Amino acid sequence: MAVLSVHNVALRGISACVPSLREDNMDLPLIPQNQRDTFVKTTGIRYRRIAGQGTTAADLCRISTERLLRELGWQASDIELLIFVTQTPDYVIPNSASIIQQQLGLPKTCLAMDINLGCSGYVYGLSVIGSLLQNMPGKRGLLLVGDCSSAIVSARDKATYPLFSDAGSATAIEYKEGEIWHFNLQTDGAGYEDIMVKGGGMRHPFGPDSLREHEYAAGEVRSDLQMKLDGVNIFNFALREVAPNIETLLRASQTDQASIDFFVLHQANKLILECVRKKLKEDSSRFPYSLHDFGNTSSASIPVTIVAQLQEALRAQDRRLLLCGFGVGLSWGSAIVPAHSLQIIDLIEI
Amino acid sequence: MQLEDFTGKFVDCLSAVPATPVDGGTHFKKLEEWSSIFALIVIAMVDSEYGKTLTSEDIRNANTINDLFVIIQSK
Repeated sequence: MAVLSVHNVALRGISACVPSLREDNMDLPLIPQNQRDTFVKTTGIRYRRIAGQGTTAADLCRISTERLLRELGWQASDIELLIFVTQTPDYVIPNSASIIQQQLGLPKTCLAMDINLGCSGYVYGLSVIGSLLQNMPGKRGLLLVGDCSSAIVSARDKATYPLFSDAGSATAIEYKEGEIWHFNLQTDGAGYEDIMVKGGGMRHPFGPDSLREHEYAAGEVRSDLQMKLDGVNIFNFALREVAPNIETLLRASQTDQASIDFFVLHQANKLILECVRKKLKEDSSRFPYSLHDFGNTSSASIPVTIVAQLQEALRAQDRRLLLCGFGVGLSWGSAIVPAHSLQIIDLIEI
Repeated sequence: MQLEDFTGKFVDCLSAVPATPVDGGTHFKKLEEWSSIFALIVIAMVDSEYGKTLTSEDIRNANTINDLFVIIQSK
């Protein structure tokens, strides 16, 4: 079991950027009119943000980063680490982190790389950047996390289209002696087909049939270049794995559950999160949600929730956060991280 | 676990009182409210009330509430 600790790194600030174009699930013809109330009430998702052509996850993350660096008073030349977590990169080749490094004017001494993960990506990204930075005294790093999932879901697929929304984020991290982060990271590739874009990679290359749409069930029409989501399998996966993962982390790190100020979970849907909360016997006041206004923003949902819901709470005093991401892979993990007077930037809309 | 008790919990999952009475013989997929989202609500109820997991296949193979009851009992 990948239970690990990272020493001597600290969160300094978080920003997030969403497109201003908003769609309302209560007006979405894909959901029958008599089911829209139940859909919004059950998933918690009323509005979604759509980037549209010409704007990518890398753009949303870069804009988040520029604002964050300015507010923190950090110089581009300070940054020696850049990690970009996304499943919607600008190109198949090269990685987007290299392009962002150049756009931000970061020095050539900067390590930059992409990580291909979705809903678990923020927690995994923190574990990677923290593990590297703990060996770099005096250095600073940036974790960029975001997806434009609207570009890869079918507008004719009610299993995905009403859920996913676009966002990018940036998290500033620096070396600081005395801090400890704890992680519990897990994987089960047996469920790799449960969330998947089947075509366009090397296993099923783009070809004449790639764009052909198939009706898999009523209201579930998509091509192989669009995302498939098996809602029941993912729901059962979350019910089975998320709470035990968190409980194991709390035990392994000898952390009293009552000492956690906020449980910030990946915003999959409200029904899943409420089931997890009840399994943990947790109070709803410590479980923030951003689903209503921003939907499932994939890897960005944890930082978007922090920016949208916890700005005042984290600015005012020191807090201890438990973060948890789970989904595509299947990949999941949780982290316990201290937040000392974090700089949380106002949500950016473009 | 009794069928009557399970049927009551199933009805509690509905957001409105059904137009026609619901019992073990009711074909739940023909209920006006049935949808993929409603299936998740039922799965959550079965998980929390009975500690059992309903799969996609279980739901596909069941037509009536009694069918679901039998599947859950067999787990």
